[in-house]
Amino acid sequence: RYVIPKHFDHPQVETSYLLAVTSCSYPPPWVHPHSSRQPLIYFSPLDFLSFKKGKWQRLWLAQEPTLYRVLISSVNSMFFPLLDMLSSSASSPAPDPAPEPDPAPAPSAPQPSKMAKPFGYGYPTLQPGYQNATAPLNSGVPPSSPGYSGFQPYAQYPGMNQLSSSLGGLSLQSSPQPESLRPVDLTQERNILPTTPVWAPVPNLNVDLKKLNCSPDSFRCTLTNIPQTQALLNKAKLPLGLLLHPFRDLTQLPVITSNTIVRCRSCRTYINPFVSFIDQRRWKCNLCYRVNDVPEEFMYNPLTRSYGEPHKRPEVQNSTVEFIASSDYMLRPPQPAVYLFVLDVSHNAVEAGYLTILCQSLLENLDKLPGDSRTRIGFMTFDSTIHFYNLQEGLSQPQMLIVSDIDDVFLPTPDSLLVNLYESKELIKDLLNALPSMFTNTRETHSALGPALQAAFKLMSPTGGRVSVFQTQLPSLGAGLLQSREDPNQRSSTKVVQHLGPATDFYKKLALDCSGQQTAVDLFLLSSQYSDLASLACVSKYSAGCIYYYPSFHYTHNPSQAEKLQKDLKRYLTRKIGFEAVMRIRCTKGLSMHTFHGNFFVRSTDLLSLANINPDAGFAVQLSIEENLTDTSLVCFQTALLYTSSKGERRIRVHTLCLPVVSSLADVYAGVDVQAAICLLANMAVDRSISSSLSDARDALVNAVVDSLSAYGSTVSNLQHSALVAPSSLKLFPLYVLALLKQKAFRTGTSTRLDDRVYAMCQIKCQPLVHLMKMIHPNLYRIDRLTDEGAIHVNDRVVPQPPLQKLSAEKLTREGAFLMDCGSVFYIWIGKSCDNNFIEDVLGYPNFASIPQKMTYLPELDTLSSERARSFITWLRDNRPLSPVLHVVKDESPAKTEFFQHLIEDRTEAAFSYYEFLLHIQQQICK
Amino acid sequence: MEAVVFVFSLLDCCALIFLSVYFIITLSDLECDYINARSCCSKLNKWVIPELIGHTIVTVLMLVSLHWFIFLLNLPVATWNIYRFIMVPSGNMGVFDPTEIHNRGQLKSHMKEAMIKLGFHLLCFFMYLYSMILALIND
Repeated sequence: RYVIPKHFDHPQVETSYLLAVTSCSYPPPWVHPHSSRQPLIYFSPLDFLSFKKGKWQRLWLAQEPTLYRVLISSVNSMFFPLLDMLSSSASSPAPDPAPEPDPAPAPSAPQPSKMAKPFGYGYPTLQPGYQNATAPLNSGVPPSSPGYSGFQPYAQYPGMNQLSSSLGGLSLQSSPQPESLRPVDLTQERNILPTTPVWAPVPNLNVDLKKLNCSPDSFRCTLTNIPQTQALLNKAKLPLGLLLHPFRDLTQLPVITSNTIVRCRSCRTYINPFVSFIDQRRWKCNLCYRVNDVPEEFMYNPLTRSYGEPHKRPEVQNSTVEFIASSDYMLRPPQPAVYLFVLDVSHNAVEAGYLTILCQSLLENLDKLPGDSRTRIGFMTFDSTIHFYNLQEGLSQPQMLIVSDIDDVFLPTPDSLLVNLYESKELIKDLLNALPSMFTNTRETHSALGPALQAAFKLMSPTGGRVSVFQTQLPSLGAGLLQSREDPNQRSSTKVVQHLGPATDFYKKLALDCSGQQTAVDLFLLSSQYSDLASLACVSKYSAGCIYYYPSFHYTHNPSQAEKLQKDLKRYLTRKIGFEAVMRIRCTKGLSMHTFHGNFFVRSTDLLSLANINPDAGFAVQLSIEENLTDTSLVCFQTALLYTSSKGERRIRVHTLCLPVVSSLADVYAGVDVQAAICLLANMAVDRSISSSLSDARDALVNAVVDSLSAYGSTVSNLQHSALVAPSSLKLFPLYVLALLKQKAFRTGTSTRLDDRVYAMCQIKCQPLVHLMKMIHPNLYRIDRLTDEGAIHVNDRVVPQPPLQKLSAEKLTREGAFLMDCGSVFYIWIGKSCDNNFIEDVLGYPNFASIPQKMTYLPELDTLSSERARSFITWLRDNRPLSPVLHVVKDESPAKTEFFQHLIEDRTEAAFSYYEFLLHIQQQICK
Repeated sequence: MEAVVFVFSLLDCCALIFLSVYFIITLSDLECDYINARSCCSKLNKWVIPELIGHTIVTVLMLVSLHWFIFLLNLPVATWNIYRFIMVPSGNMGVFDPTEIHNRGQLKSHMKEAMIKLGFHLLCFFMYLYSMILALIND
């Protein structure tokens, strides 16, 4: 048991606080029982440490030859952020250069069981008789428990030699080492993947700032400790950037209506929790350091109804806020919600049968379309000609107008094509009911997508809004026609993958025109053949739309795709939407943004123009350090998203993230957010494969691992040369990079259709981090033995929490059933000799043989295991916007390959296994 | 004859200098956010081909009139211009692409390139001027 002084955030700590550490018995209960190298020295009754100049120093040692188990890291996790705040010269602890002698899995850290007063009071409470340490309170808690994961509580196990030599000198500097810096020998560590989901590291800030900081779900940085100089960043060989999910569905969001939105006068930063108030009437901007006046209105706090407490206003208490903007933020009156559907009705499309699903979905969700009384809607269909539908109120039935001049498209009746949803509802319903059967006998095989899009642009340009395009084949007529560029023999080539970029600039130009008129084009591609997504996607990429792709779609032959379309459409039609949006990202002086990833058009250096914004869009930004950050200890990033809500309100959603600045390489490594880094790298690799080549991108990914690990290796001096060592914060880095290399977007050697590859790239570019991580590295759970142990309760439902399994066939036992969560799709793999009870209880079939080949749902059975499995899957589903499709995959069924390609730790004929990959990296480092 | 060649080169060089200055001004306008990327790029792309032709003509002229040194001096820049023009990916809207100009420090590299060209053209200008005067005196 150890004690921590309570009031560490008190400024007095700078002088001298003493910490007492009590003893524990041997072997300590939380040492891994099978570890061969346990601490060998006993512990002394008392040990005193004092805090001076950023380091804990031992004052006094007992005479007994003893083992010190200095459990002070957790203290440091509370302590050092504060010091970072107090003194600008970063005073973080020097990391212990000695390698951790105990490679056993990190033992769980005992939580402070008792808070004690500062030393002056604390001393008498420590009795020498306190010999037996109590068992750790929460032995099941992973080392990455949120809230501590910056510098986690971690018991130190100084090795025998190291400690005794230090004892000899009596000057042992027990400089604590945060958990995230613990060196991990990757080749020795068999189970690198933790059994619980990886959390975002918490920036190493003081407690108050931590509480105020932006949620990592909306805003993450690849390095939670920002290096002070570009030189230091270069040395660390890690990418620096931000991952944003600005329009995420939030359950709690403070919305502020006020006449004046307080912003910095020079850099226009919105006031945020990280500004400093110089006195009551002045505040200092945290991005450009300008001192601004506090306006009179801001002095009054509407929440507490008190005057003179500007620092208690909601803007200063929340890092994510939404302002209702005044007319200063409008160039024109807020636009109504306008939706236009452009539908392919050529023979191919009718054959695929998507129209039935779409019209059905639309009919069901017509009332749920976000919007107000001004909402407008329109429909266009096209094959080799373009068909408009006049839905003007007062007509007895919808009127179809055909324009066959596709070289010079015009709008037959510009006023009555986009109609008010509520006034013409009956006509719209009639049309939607009639549409699926209208073209059943068509013989038209051509598709004039380009002209149809031009017409859509003309139709939308007065208002702006959303165009949803459904396309089922390669556009073959008029402007923007495309040729097939894919050579099927090259699908599994290991050398060159060509045609990842667009073939024509037509779609890009059109997208920019649309973006200029606040129109976003969302593309639904449902094709069975090559449709040149690389070119078509441009129309959505630059107009801030989104892209959906359903390869080999057919409404009866491919029911799982049909189900997916149905579910996606439901979400697509009903989710929140923002119109005529712009997003600006600001960062502290000294940092600059140089590359943006996502679907938008970069209008000027830091202004992203987003015709539409939806809650499923993610963005990434790369940063560089232009000026040294020596005179600051904190940096801040702010994104402000100005949009028109579907109710016609102009709103600004502001997120602010605050991060500490560090000056030592070790601290930079301590703060790596490996998931964010991998997502940023994936984005960069997509850019690289389009601008250069796929093999370049793959090399760059491998080099990212090699460089960062060798850079880390050189900071840790006394390591054996042969070991491949990574700091604990980066231990998953090689695994994730391998996963990326085996991802559809970047894999070579395995047959991959060009459109599939391009679609995977599009997804990498525009998905938010949470979804992207699942796509890169799916989660695998064993579900045939779900128990209530460690289960959580959500809305009166018990949700079991099975441990994560590593993605290797070695984990798949024939007796088990496994669930793989790939983000947009779930697979349940049933082993050949899976327990019949499970099959009967959960799947509803008597034995393995009777399970059908294509099964896409779990029946609602009244058994405990069925309930558990369903509640677990429902819980997983509820956590994401797009409801994934479930596939039950039997061992030995042909669908097995789909499942097995996600087992990225295994070897395939074209790619390394995880262990081989590590050896490859090690080889590269030694070179 | 010699003098005529250099008078022409001088005029052509003046035009190229003006063009470089125009490039620099437009790019810095974009940098300072005075114009948006779309209009900046369409403005600049218009002048890429004239610049290329103007410079190629001088280079060829120097080859024809057997001024080896000046030809070799011009050759790398002319080659670069042509290379840059040919290597534009099929999906891009020209050498300057509005969707990419803010990415990967492209704006900076374009700026740098324009600056170097300006310096180069100034150097050429004085060289042509000197050669022209020399030619006139010799005549």
